[in-house]
Amino acid sequence: MEVCGSSGVSLREFGCEQSLLSRPDGSASFTQGDTSVLAGVYGPAEVKVSKEIYDRATLEVLIQPKVGLPSVRERSQEQCVRETCEASLLLSLHPRSSLTLVLQLIHDDGSVSFSKTLCAVKFVVNPLLMFLVECSSLAVPQLLSCFLNAACMALMDAGLPMSCLFCGVTCAIDTDGQIITDPSAAQEKESRALMTFAIDSKERKVMMSSTKGSFSVHELQLCIAVSQKASEKIFQFYRDSVQRRYSKTL
Amino acid sequence: FSSEDDDTISLTDHVKPEKVVCGPGLRRSGDRLVVCKSDVLRHKQPNMFWMESQQRRYVPAKGETIIGIVTVKSGDIFKVDCGGSEQASLSYLAFEGATKRNRPNVQVGDLVFAQFIIANKDMEPELVCMDSSGRANGMGVFGGGGLLFSVSLGLVRRLLSPHSEVLSDLQQLFPCELVVGMNGRLWVKSSRVQQTLVIANLLQSCDTMTAQQRRELFRRVAQGAL
Repeated sequence: MEVCGSSGVSLREFGCEQSLLSRPDGSASFTQGDTSVLAGVYGPAEVKVSKEIYDRATLEVLIQPKVGLPSVRERSQEQCVRETCEASLLLSLHPRSSLTLVLQLIHDDGSVSFSKTLCAVKFVVNPLLMFLVECSSLAVPQLLSCFLNAACMALMDAGLPMSCLFCGVTCAIDTDGQIITDPSAAQEKESRALMTFAIDSKERKVMMSSTKGSFSVHELQLCIAVSQKASEKIFQFYRDSVQRRYSKTL
Repeated sequence: FSSEDDDTISLTDHVKPEKVVCGPGLRRSGDRLVVCKSDVLRHKQPNMFWMESQQRRYVPAKGETIIGIVTVKSGDIFKVDCGGSEQASLSYLAFEGATKRNRPNVQVGDLVFAQFIIANKDMEPELVCMDSSGRANGMGVFGGGGLLFSVSLGLVRRLLSPHSEVLSDLQQLFPCELVVGMNGRLWVKSSRVQQTLVIANLLQSCDTMTAQQRRELFRRVAQGAL
């Protein structure tokens, strides 16, 4: 929500709670500003023979919106979250089993306009590429980063083996060319480009990106750098909240 | 201190012995030992490291004794639900004194206390109700009149550890029969149904309590306040 120059990044306050649901094997709720998401993980559990993969676990992500039934927008968000999770989970340790991740949106800031968006999933950024191809899928960037954070905390709570953690960061480029991290709904509406990146914890690389609007290569690189800096804060927050949780038994 | 980042332990550290025994939650990647779960790292001298987890989902491991529920009885084997991602198989000959003529009396829905002989990620898990010398050693079908419930795997390991505090606190309450399955299932039977329920509730709630709170709770129950 804060404007960031080259000096520092500011994010809205976050809160998180783990193990709040009794039925799932792992659960977490993640709150970023006014957006709140509840995640539940089931697994490794039995899988239908039609869906089983012989050497890996089958990951299924379900996103439930606040009102109504899931639609195309939720499907595209599910795909983004699933690709990120599959990249960080060690799926080969549980072949022929299923992992189910259910994300329920509890409260959001207000939705964003449905203009044409650009979706690019699971790639490592090559600074020489230009991303001006447009497709017509729908994605709400700021919700997506909240989903990613909640998903990561729930997977940690369930004790599923992972090779790295991930977090979601949203950036907006407003009409002046300023880069804003973690924009609010009002700022999103006025921006000319919105991007969400999933950043991994080991080397701060980009695992997934979902973008909307038009921007230049240089701006993309700046946004990625800014998101990587913002992800430090989120990872530190993960560490602190997990430490607080385990300090009870130590 | 828990972390899931690259917590690396150098295997070439000169004060540590050459062999390091890694328990669950740790993986070897090249010449480094990497953490792969969000748990507390425990270290036992001289060279054992493992992650102590609070997870609820059981993953079968060889040699662990569990409480299973018989779901299917087909021909020569029983299918047992052990809480993992697949049902385990239990042969009818894997009981003490069982022969082709003398089949064990196992029905669908029975509780069995058994041990894994095959449990890895690639094969279907297999259980047996006897140890390597052919004796039952406490394993087999059980369970009239008791209550089966689930707790987290961490509590089960705390109950089974030597000099367990939880167990000694529990022994001072009511006399009861307790079967502990490492898949997070506990079976309790006491002389009265009320006492059985009290013990079941206590064990389920002391999962997330500190030692202090637990002793306080047990003391209140012993005094009959609850």
